[in-house]
Amino acid sequence: MGMVSFEEVVSTVVELFRKAETELPEDVLKALKRAYNREENEVARNTLRAIIQNVEASRKLRVPMCQDTGLPIIFVEIGQELCLNFNLRDAIVEGVKRATKEVPLRPNAVHPLTRENPGTNVGMHVPVVTTEIIEGDKLKLTVMPKGAGSENVSALRMLLPSQAGDVERFVLEVVKGAGGKPCPPIVVGVGIGSTFDGAAKLAKKALLRNMTEMDEFELGLLEKVNSLGIGPGGLGGDTTALAVLVEMGHCHTASLPVAVNIQCWANRRASAILR
Amino acid sequence: MAEYRLETPVSMEEIRKLNVGDVVYITGTMITARDEAHLRMLEYFERGEEIPFKIEDAVIYHCGPIIVEEGGRYRAISAGPTTSARMDPLAPKVLERVERMVIVGKGGMGEGVVRALRGKGVYLAYTGGAGALAAQAIREVKGVYWEDLGMPEAVWIFEVENFGPCIVGIDAKENSLYREVKNRVEENFKRILSQS
Repeated sequence: MGMVSFEEVVSTVVELFRKAETELPEDVLKALKRAYNREENEVARNTLRAIIQNVEASRKLRVPMCQDTGLPIIFVEIGQELCLNFNLRDAIVEGVKRATKEVPLRPNAVHPLTRENPGTNVGMHVPVVTTEIIEGDKLKLTVMPKGAGSENVSALRMLLPSQAGDVERFVLEVVKGAGGKPCPPIVVGVGIGSTFDGAAKLAKKALLRNMTEMDEFELGLLEKVNSLGIGPGGLGGDTTALAVLVEMGHCHTASLPVAVNIQCWANRRASAILR
Repeated sequence: MAEYRLETPVSMEEIRKLNVGDVVYITGTMITARDEAHLRMLEYFERGEEIPFKIEDAVIYHCGPIIVEEGGRYRAISAGPTTSARMDPLAPKVLERVERMVIVGKGGMGEGVVRALRGKGVYLAYTGGAGALAAQAIREVKGVYWEDLGMPEAVWIFEVENFGPCIVGIDAKENSLYREVKNRVEENFKRILSQS
């Protein structure tokens, strides 16, 4: 039987946020450098260079690469043989509060209507915690701070079962409508199938995948997205997206939900396994 | 494409010289203002009161920074631009009240702002998400207003040195790099769909 303590979860959450905010994952940096080497538009090259310099400065100075340190999202995978003698959500909440002070994170969570900011990044249903039960006795924590510039231009549509051919068009429409707002080059997470909420969850989970590994369908979509010519910062260029990542789920015979979750170039994420 | 090093206050003559695509570096005072600060400025204008800081002599920066307090002093550790389009409905109402304005943000602004900037101001784009890089150009946090709005929405006064590179996205002659890109993207979209 595994043993994980409250304090261990708290400190792990703090460290994961510190890592996610200050060290861009290798696969993302690799995709940015590849884009920089291939980009032919001069303004776009300058923007990509500034992004890469910023990533290096953030890592060196150990400060958040972007001032929008996001809304805290945590994916939890719990081994079914793991025994916890404390409230896991409480530990995660405590970790977010401490990370907000120590990393530090910008206090982003506000009341949806009064816009009152408690200053802790903690509130009603925040942090956003998704839990999945897996085999074994381990606890895997993944943090994903999600900025609002890209979240605001994400969209979901309930297509008809006869509209499978329109999935691609919908993805392109969402990216076109987003323009320069979500800090392109973007990462496009697509959830196809499942339910209204399930499609959105699949689109978000897709963003956790290694960006340098795409299948033929995804590469085809990426090529079309880049043909739009929005470019880095929305100022034009060959690089509109770094990756298109698709997750699918079976759905009801009468429906076809499609969710497009847009992510800025700062596809920040970090994971740890506790046992 | 020309390159300019501008010091605040930026004169109308300097503003008129700038064309879309030019590169600009700013030295002087930048004032952060996002959604809530714009709304409060408009409330002040409605009541006929003067706002407590001078936006014409500085540069308006669409930014919600991360600020830390060290030994009684504020320091910006990450301070890149926020999405300017959120201020599309608000900025023209602020522009009505001023003689001239330089705005720094990211992602561009709509046609209403392009018209409101005519003969009056420019919109400059800084690299979105480059918060650590931007903070390196901030020499000092000189003050803060309306802190009750919370850290991201408060009005922070920055003293900056060679803040850039910024790209002129909208000039004072109703030219917009974003409009040009948008038109091209629209054509590309139609072409891609006709091919598939």
